[in-house]
Amino acid sequence: MEYFLELVFSGLTRGSIYALIALGYTMVYGIIGLINFAHGEVYMIGAFTALIVATVLNMYGLPLPAVLILASVAAIIWAAAYGFTIERLAYRPLRGAPRLSPLISAIGMSIFLQNYVMLAQTPNFLPFPELIPEPAFLERFASMVGTTDLAILTVTSVVMILLTLMIKFTRTGKAMRATAQDQTMAFLVGVNVDTVISITFITGSSLAAIGGVLIASHIGQINFYIGFIAGIKAFTAAVLGGIGSIPGAVLGSFVLGLTESFATGYVSSAYEDVFAFSLLVLILIFRPAGLLGKATIEKV
Amino acid sequence: MLELRRVDTYYGNIQALYGVSLSVEAGEIITLIGANGAGKSTTLMSISGITSPRRGEILFKGQNIVGMAPNNIVQLGISQVPEGRHIFPLLTVSENLDMGAFLRRDKKGIEDDRAYLYDLFPILKKRRNQPGGNLSGGEQQMLAISRALMARPELLLLDEPSMGLAPLVTRQIFEIIQKINKDQNTTIFLVEQNANLALQVADRGYVLENGRITMQDRAELLLANPDIQRAYLGI
Repeated sequence: MEYFLELVFSGLTRGSIYALIALGYTMVYGIIGLINFAHGEVYMIGAFTALIVATVLNMYGLPLPAVLILASVAAIIWAAAYGFTIERLAYRPLRGAPRLSPLISAIGMSIFLQNYVMLAQTPNFLPFPELIPEPAFLERFASMVGTTDLAILTVTSVVMILLTLMIKFTRTGKAMRATAQDQTMAFLVGVNVDTVISITFITGSSLAAIGGVLIASHIGQINFYIGFIAGIKAFTAAVLGGIGSIPGAVLGSFVLGLTESFATGYVSSAYEDVFAFSLLVLILIFRPAGLLGKATIEKV
Repeated sequence: MLELRRVDTYYGNIQALYGVSLSVEAGEIITLIGANGAGKSTTLMSISGITSPRRGEILFKGQNIVGMAPNNIVQLGISQVPEGRHIFPLLTVSENLDMGAFLRRDKKGIEDDRAYLYDLFPILKKRRNQPGGNLSGGEQQMLAISRALMARPELLLLDEPSMGLAPLVTRQIFEIIQKINKDQNTTIFLVEQNANLALQVADRGYVLENGRITMQDRAELLLANPDIQRAYLGI
């Protein structure tokens, strides 16, 4: 039983990290119908920014919570700047072009950013400092759930609630939904669609950066390639849940995280991806639009 | 209030409007009639800044608005109800109205206008928490008009409000259009295929054929014109 719970917690932890990244994929897809393949790299850049800032602040001997907060804020701002710039440079000039063009541009951006970080930093793994403090009351549960797991779950839940509230109730959130549903009409009621698209990229990138900081201090090392792997998994989760749907991305992420965790725990870690992708194939056979996706009818 | 001067609009390399000139005076109901594909919707989209003209001028209260972003054109006081209504399908009726008032900040005024429109269309009040996509065609048209009015426009562009509606519902919509014109002093630019109905409510009319204005006159004179009767009224 304890082993089962341990697997559940580790699955939920993985799931929430996937969710933070998958939300970026699904929001961008919902608004401009593009799979932003450079999104995983934004997550990686968030982790690197946090590492650099944390290393510098540690040299000055700041207390751990202060380092954590400052490093996270820096990671969010820097990753958001990247997300914003990527859209401006690689996607906006291609708006109205055939769908394949921005897709190729996205893949190019992804490869460019990986190689840029590899050259500017290092091709090797770098140790990431333990940033998340360990409160004493958790020691009793230490066998089942680690402190970083708990921190990840808490932060992710809070972030997702805030995101939901923003999309549901704020003026910007309504503009985002309206733009996703009918872009021409959004123009006609006076929404500045370019701004809404930029805000979507900034929001998605900020979430990915939070994911980057959390997972890096959980695993303890990063390199330039982490974004690719996490990106593919999160993208899978988004498709699993129904790309374009925000609750879908979250659900898909947890389903994927739990599947991987149980596969690792009860079978072998070597088969984790086999189970994850078999699940994807199965779900897409029976529900082609994903778990919560709506089968869309292309209007002519 | 609105004046188009020799407007040429293109879709890629295909020219849709050829030197379209027309004017709308404050307080008028103007109609633009013509067959399918004549360029009626393109004219409205050119005014709203969605398909910007390549040549010519569009003056709104004396200011040239060609090349302006669509959101700035809405801010100036021009709202459009596009062909096919374009309700945001997953937003509720009330949220659709919120989107109409997107550029306004006066909370009190917005709520007053919402109440006025709910009075005008009680069915919208009843359905205010339902997704816009669940409404019937007539209800969606009422919502589309209400959403445009939430911006408190000085000029309302209406594209084919009768499309796909039962005759009785169309009648009702046209009565409301006249009421809005009288009560709120909103200038109305109405594009219609149903020329008969459009000319009955309008003060003046223009006829658009293959992207060119071929005729213009007072509405009652157009209604009596034998050429118009043959081509558009089926008499």
